[in-house]
Amino acid sequence: MDSEQRIVITGIGLTAPNGNNLQEFRESLLAGKSGVQKFETRYVGKVLAGICDFDTLKHQKKKELRRGTRVGSISIYCCKEAINDSGIDLDLIDRSRVGVYLGVTEHGNVETENEIYNISKYDYDTKFWSHHHNPRTVANNPAGEVTLNMKITGPHYTIGAACAAGNMGVIQGLQMLRLGEVDLALAGGVSESIHTFGIFASFKSEGALAEHEDPVKASRPFDKNRNGIVCSEGGGIYVLERLTDALKRDAKIYGEIVGYATNSDAFDFILPEPGRQAECMRLALSKAGLKPSDINILNAHATATQLGDIQECKAIREVFGEEKGVWINNTKSFIGHTMGAAGTLELSGNLPAFKDGLVHQTLNLDHLDPECHLKNIVSGKPKKLDKVDYIMNNSFGMFGINSVLIVKRYEN
Amino acid sequence: MTRDEVRQAIIDILGDIAPDEDMSSIKDDVTLREQMDLDSMDFLDIVMELRKRFNIEVPESDYQELVSMASCIQYLQPLLKDHQLAS
Repeated sequence: MDSEQRIVITGIGLTAPNGNNLQEFRESLLAGKSGVQKFETRYVGKVLAGICDFDTLKHQKKKELRRGTRVGSISIYCCKEAINDSGIDLDLIDRSRVGVYLGVTEHGNVETENEIYNISKYDYDTKFWSHHHNPRTVANNPAGEVTLNMKITGPHYTIGAACAAGNMGVIQGLQMLRLGEVDLALAGGVSESIHTFGIFASFKSEGALAEHEDPVKASRPFDKNRNGIVCSEGGGIYVLERLTDALKRDAKIYGEIVGYATNSDAFDFILPEPGRQAECMRLALSKAGLKPSDINILNAHATATQLGDIQECKAIREVFGEEKGVWINNTKSFIGHTMGAAGTLELSGNLPAFKDGLVHQTLNLDHLDPECHLKNIVSGKPKKLDKVDYIMNNSFGMFGINSVLIVKRYEN
Repeated sequence: MTRDEVRQAIIDILGDIAPDEDMSSIKDDVTLREQMDLDSMDFLDIVMELRKRFNIEVPESDYQELVSMASCIQYLQPLLKDHQLAS
């Protein structure tokens, strides 16, 4: 491929329930450290959640925090950290050639619930409804807050893609770079979902909200005793560049995005469809010119719902069969489901494997559900491989939106 | 409320709306915008907080009365004369 079309990751900014930068996050994943804890949410009461504790004042003033949204704050933190990590000085580049593409599962629920709660204190008199509500709830809010904070004048928008959104943000950034629309993309996914009681209440009504007396044991993908999703907040954002630009400035390169795919189940509002998921994985492999056995690490989407995990395992078995060299792990077992952030956050946690050869484990996999049988699920402790060349990341969402990324080790 | 209490009530509101600013250095006769990073959304916040805390309605035609601390006090003191400053 023409190197102008080759897109690489040159910066990572993240906040996860168990780490506020890649190093902390990776250390937690290798050490088996969960980020799930007890949480209390309006009306629903005591629940479990993955909560981020990044320093909100590192890149924002108190007034910005007050006026903006939690997800705006997560986005600003991750974008600033990603740029800092990349070594790029925004003062030395054309900010009109930078694009901000952030995947979100949903947006506006938190802010709307807050306003309704606020006016409930005033007998539902709407004259107490905040004038900040509209700017807080427009769908581009998280990306827009980034542009205000960082004075970026290129395009910005969010990509609404349920829980496939993180990968979709990256796909959008990659495409815009390939089209020549921008020279630098801040791309990934973000979520403030734990601050809406509705997401907990809805999963609970659906029978899909995880419960466990020990919070760190609550998120149990593939385990026979799994009982649902742990909702989490977080953000995972990449600096994406054309390989030619990255080489020109001698950038640190985390990996090259060599394959991606997205498709739709066209099947159900919430139930996944393994046939289309398998197609999505195959399409990403095909775009990358790879066969299933080329993949070294497959980071599964599995959220620990009864049916969802089984369906994804069916799809993985269909594509990968009994391939011996493909090692599978799951990050939600540590941090819960970070919704819009899940794709990029979970992929980020695996990228250091290109250097250290370690596949982080799947936590809480004490009794593998026979229906989730896969050849090589890493559990109990990290698995050391001789070499990691390709990592695949699955991210699927409601309405059967599927997204897959394949990242290749970069070598000169 | 006394004049000092009205001033304190306004300081309390401004402190919440502009938490990065130093409230101790506000000059009463200089416009708030000249001393603080305030925009039109912040002024709407002042109006909202007066509504919430003191049940005072400031009509849009009177927004100009909120331009400086001195004009705020002059405008609000009659409206707040029967209010107590929350402790």
